[in-house]
Amino acid sequence: MRKVVAPPGFRGYKPYGNRQVQQQHVDLLYEEYEAIKLADYDLMNHLEASQLMGVSRPTFARVYESARRKIAKALVETREIRSVFGNASLDHSWFVCNDCHTRFNIPDNLTEHHCPLCKSENIQSIKEQI
Amino acid sequence: MKTIISSTGNNLDSGFDLRFGRAGWFCLLNEETGETTFYENEHKDASHGAGTRVVEKVVELGATRVISGDFGPKAKELLEKFKIQMILLSDDSKSIADIVDSIK
Repeated sequence: MRKVVAPPGFRGYKPYGNRQVQQQHVDLLYEEYEAIKLADYDLMNHLEASQLMGVSRPTFARVYESARRKIAKALVETREIRSVFGNASLDHSWFVCNDCHTRFNIPDNLTEHHCPLCKSENIQSIKEQI
Repeated sequence: MKTIISSTGNNLDSGFDLRFGRAGWFCLLNEETGETTFYENEHKDASHGAGTRVVEKVVELGATRVISGDFGPKAKELLEKFKIQMILLSDDSKSIADIVDSIK
Protein backbone atom coordinates (compact mmCIF):
# COMPACT_ATOMS: atom_id res chain seq x y z
CA MET A 1 0.00 0.00 0.00
CA ARG A 2 1.21 3.48 -0.82
CA LYS A 3 0.08 6.35 1.29
CA VAL A 4 -1.62 9.15 -0.55
CA VAL A 5 -2.09 12.39 1.34
CA ALA A 6 -4.83 13.90 -0.81
CA PRO A 7 -6.50 12.21 -3.75
CA PRO A 8 -6.46 14.03 -7.09
CA GLY A 9 -9.08 16.76 -7.38
CA PHE A 10 -10.24 15.46 -10.76
CA ARG A 11 -11.68 12.27 -12.11
CA GLY A 12 -10.08 12.58 -15.48
CA TYR A 13 -8.66 14.73 -18.29
CA LYS A 14 -9.92 14.70 -21.85
CA PRO A 15 -8.12 15.91 -24.94
CA TYR A 16 -10.01 18.33 -27.16
CA GLY A 17 -9.63 19.50 -30.73
CA ASN A 18 -8.46 16.06 -31.81
CA ARG A 19 -9.64 14.60 -35.11
CA GLN A 20 -10.60 11.06 -34.31
CA VAL A 21 -12.23 10.27 -31.06
CA GLN A 22 -9.94 7.91 -29.22
CA GLN A 23 -12.00 5.37 -27.35
CA GLN A 24 -9.26 4.00 -25.18
CA HIS A 25 -8.08 5.75 -22.06
CA VAL A 26 -5.14 5.68 -19.70
CA ASP A 27 -5.71 4.80 -16.06
CA LEU A 28 -3.60 6.96 -13.79
CA LEU A 29 -3.45 5.42 -10.33
CA TYR A 30 -3.73 7.57 -7.23
CA GLU A 31 -0.24 6.66 -6.12
CA GLU A 32 1.08 7.65 -9.55
CA TYR A 33 -0.62 11.00 -9.30
CA GLU A 34 0.84 11.40 -5.81
CA ALA A 35 4.33 10.50 -7.09
CA ILE A 36 4.14 13.17 -9.80
CA LYS A 37 2.82 15.68 -7.29
CA LEU A 38 5.55 15.02 -4.72
CA ALA A 39 8.43 14.89 -7.21
CA ASP A 40 7.47 17.53 -9.77
CA TYR A 41 5.09 19.84 -7.96
CA ASP A 42 6.37 19.80 -4.38
CA LEU A 43 9.90 19.33 -5.79
CA MET A 44 10.90 16.69 -3.27
CA ASN A 45 13.72 14.30 -3.97
CA HIS A 46 12.83 10.64 -4.45
CA LEU A 47 14.05 9.62 -1.01
CA GLU A 48 11.89 12.14 0.86
CA ALA A 49 8.93 11.38 -1.34
CA SER A 50 9.27 7.62 -0.87
CA GLN A 51 9.37 8.05 2.92
CA LEU A 52 6.24 10.13 2.80
CA MET A 53 4.41 7.51 0.81
CA GLY A 54 5.71 4.70 3.01
CA VAL A 55 7.52 2.80 0.25
CA SER A 56 11.18 2.16 -0.58
CA ARG A 57 13.01 4.55 -2.86
CA PRO A 58 13.21 2.04 -5.75
CA THR A 59 9.48 1.41 -5.48
CA PHE A 60 8.83 5.13 -5.54
CA ALA A 61 11.02 5.46 -8.63
CA ARG A 62 9.04 2.70 -10.30
CA VAL A 63 5.68 4.28 -9.53
CA TYR A 64 6.96 7.66 -10.70
CA GLU A 65 8.33 6.21 -13.94
CA SER A 66 5.05 4.48 -14.64
CA ALA A 67 3.15 7.73 -14.00
CA ARG A 68 5.34 9.67 -16.44
CA ARG A 69 4.99 7.01 -19.12
CA LYS A 70 1.23 7.00 -18.78
CA ILE A 71 1.02 10.77 -19.08
CA ALA A 72 3.34 10.72 -22.09
CA LYS A 73 1.25 8.00 -23.67
CA ALA A 74 -1.94 9.95 -23.10
CA LEU A 75 -0.43 13.08 -24.68
CA VAL A 76 1.08 11.35 -27.72
CA GLU A 77 -1.84 9.03 -28.41
CA THR A 78 -4.43 11.70 -27.47
CA ARG A 79 -6.05 9.49 -24.91
CA GLU A 80 -8.22 10.44 -22.05
CA ILE A 81 -6.66 10.17 -18.56
CA ARG A 82 -8.77 8.75 -15.79
CA SER A 83 -7.83 8.71 -12.16
CA VAL A 84 -8.21 5.27 -10.67
CA PHE A 85 -7.86 4.21 -7.09
CA GLY A 86 -5.01 1.68 -7.51
CA ASN A 87 -3.05 0.49 -4.48
CA ALA A 88 -3.34 3.72 -2.57
CA SER A 89 -4.30 3.92 1.06
CA LEU A 90 -5.91 7.20 1.89
CA ASP A 91 -4.85 8.63 5.19
CA HIS A 92 -8.34 9.06 6.56
CA SER A 93 -11.91 9.17 5.54
CA TRP A 94 -12.34 12.15 3.28
CA PHE A 95 -15.62 13.34 1.90
CA VAL A 96 -16.78 15.59 -0.87
CA CYS A 97 -19.97 17.63 -0.79
CA ASN A 98 -22.01 17.09 -3.96
CA ASP A 99 -23.63 20.52 -3.64
CA CYS A 100 -20.75 22.92 -3.00
CA HIS A 101 -17.83 20.60 -3.94
CA THR A 102 -15.99 21.25 -0.69
CA ARG A 103 -13.67 18.48 0.42
CA PHE A 104 -13.33 17.72 4.12
CA ASN A 105 -12.60 14.98 6.62
CA ILE A 106 -14.70 13.93 9.58
CA PRO A 107 -12.57 13.20 12.65
CA ASP A 108 -13.99 10.34 14.73
CA ASN A 109 -14.98 12.64 17.62
CA LEU A 110 -17.59 14.31 15.39
CA THR A 111 -20.98 12.69 15.08
CA GLU A 112 -22.53 14.95 12.48
CA HIS A 113 -22.54 13.67 8.93
CA HIS A 114 -23.13 16.68 6.72
CA CYS A 115 -21.10 19.25 4.81
CA PRO A 116 -19.53 21.66 7.33
CA LEU A 117 -19.96 24.59 4.97
CA CYS A 118 -23.37 24.38 3.31
CA LYS A 119 -24.85 21.83 5.77
CA SER A 120 -25.96 19.66 2.86
CA GLU A 121 -26.36 15.98 3.64
CA ASN A 122 -25.63 15.11 0.05
CA ILE A 123 -22.03 14.10 0.76
CA GLN A 124 -20.03 11.21 -0.53
CA SER A 125 -16.91 9.44 0.62
CA ILE A 126 -14.07 10.15 -1.81
CA LYS A 127 -13.36 6.42 -1.95
CA GLU A 128 -16.91 5.62 -3.06
CA GLN A 129 -16.72 8.21 -5.79
CA ILE A 130 -14.25 6.21 -7.84
CA MET B 1 -17.18 25.66 18.22
CA LYS B 2 -14.27 27.66 16.88
CA THR B 3 -13.06 27.71 13.30
CA ILE B 4 -9.81 28.98 11.81
CA ILE B 5 -9.92 30.37 8.27
CA SER B 6 -6.71 31.22 6.41
CA SER B 7 -6.85 34.82 5.23
CA THR B 8 -4.77 37.22 3.17
CA GLY B 9 -5.52 40.22 5.38
CA ASN B 10 -6.72 41.31 8.79
CA ASN B 11 -10.39 42.06 8.20
CA LEU B 12 -13.58 40.44 6.90
CA ASP B 13 -13.18 41.92 3.42
CA SER B 14 -9.83 40.20 2.95
CA GLY B 15 -9.54 37.35 0.50
CA PHE B 16 -9.38 33.72 1.44
CA ASP B 17 -5.80 32.39 1.42
CA LEU B 18 -5.34 28.99 -0.22
CA ARG B 19 -2.14 28.38 1.73
CA PHE B 20 -2.25 27.12 5.27
CA GLY B 21 1.21 27.31 6.83
CA ARG B 22 2.12 30.40 4.85
CA ALA B 23 -1.14 32.29 4.94
CA GLY B 24 -0.72 35.94 5.92
CA TRP B 25 -3.40 36.00 8.60
CA PHE B 26 -5.83 33.71 10.35
CA CYS B 27 -9.40 34.49 11.20
CA LEU B 28 -10.71 32.81 14.32
CA LEU B 29 -14.47 32.52 14.20
CA ASN B 30 -16.42 31.76 17.34
CA GLU B 31 -19.64 30.24 16.07
CA GLU B 32 -21.63 30.74 19.24
CA THR B 33 -21.09 34.49 19.38
CA GLY B 34 -20.32 35.11 15.70
CA GLU B 35 -17.22 37.01 16.79
CA THR B 36 -14.16 37.07 14.57
CA THR B 37 -10.60 37.76 15.65
CA PHE B 38 -7.64 38.09 13.32
CA TYR B 39 -4.16 36.84 14.13
CA GLU B 40 -1.10 37.54 12.06
CA ASN B 41 0.81 34.45 11.01
CA GLU B 42 4.29 34.92 12.43
CA HIS B 43 5.52 31.78 10.69
CA LYS B 44 4.63 32.74 7.15
CA ASP B 45 8.26 33.41 6.19
CA ALA B 46 9.74 30.54 8.19
CA SER B 47 12.21 28.54 6.13
CA HIS B 48 10.69 25.27 7.27
CA GLY B 49 8.05 23.86 9.58
CA ALA B 50 5.53 26.66 9.06
CA GLY B 51 2.60 24.23 8.83
CA THR B 52 3.53 22.40 12.01
CA ARG B 53 3.87 25.61 14.01
CA VAL B 54 0.60 26.94 12.71
CA VAL B 55 -1.13 23.72 13.81
CA GLU B 56 0.25 24.35 17.30
CA LYS B 57 -1.24 27.83 17.19
CA VAL B 58 -4.59 26.41 16.06
CA VAL B 59 -4.61 24.00 19.00
CA GLU B 60 -3.62 26.79 21.39
CA LEU B 61 -6.55 28.92 20.19
CA GLY B 62 -8.90 26.00 20.77
CA ALA B 63 -10.24 25.72 17.22
CA THR B 64 -11.88 22.46 16.20
CA ARG B 65 -11.83 22.99 12.48
CA VAL B 66 -9.69 24.69 9.90
CA ILE B 67 -10.64 26.01 6.48
CA SER B 68 -7.84 26.42 3.95
CA GLY B 69 -6.91 25.54 0.39
CA ASP B 70 -4.66 22.60 1.15
CA PHE B 71 -2.56 21.22 3.96
CA GLY B 72 0.97 19.88 3.78
CA PRO B 73 1.57 16.26 4.75
CA LYS B 74 2.96 17.13 8.20
CA ALA B 75 0.23 19.60 9.07
CA LYS B 76 -2.37 17.08 7.93
CA GLU B 77 -0.96 14.35 10.13
CA LEU B 78 -0.91 16.64 13.17
CA LEU B 79 -4.42 17.96 12.61
CA GLU B 80 -5.67 14.40 12.38
CA LYS B 81 -3.95 13.60 15.63
CA PHE B 82 -5.62 16.51 17.39
CA LYS B 83 -8.97 15.56 15.80
CA ILE B 84 -9.33 18.91 14.10
CA GLN B 85 -11.56 18.88 11.06
CA MET B 86 -9.97 20.02 7.81
CA ILE B 87 -12.08 21.71 5.16
CA LEU B 88 -10.57 22.29 1.73
CA LEU B 89 -11.86 25.06 -0.51
CA SER B 90 -10.38 25.62 -3.94
CA ASP B 91 -12.03 28.97 -4.67
CA ASP B 92 -9.79 31.87 -3.67
CA SER B 93 -12.12 34.53 -5.05
CA LYS B 94 -14.17 34.28 -1.86
CA SER B 95 -13.72 36.78 0.93
CA ILE B 96 -13.55 35.83 4.59
CA ALA B 97 -17.00 37.35 5.09
CA ASP B 98 -18.45 35.02 2.40
CA ILE B 99 -17.05 31.98 4.17
CA VAL B 100 -18.16 33.15 7.60
CA ASP B 101 -21.68 33.67 6.20
CA SER B 102 -21.81 30.21 4.68
CA ILE B 103 -20.90 28.57 7.98
CA LYS B 104 -23.55 30.34 10.02
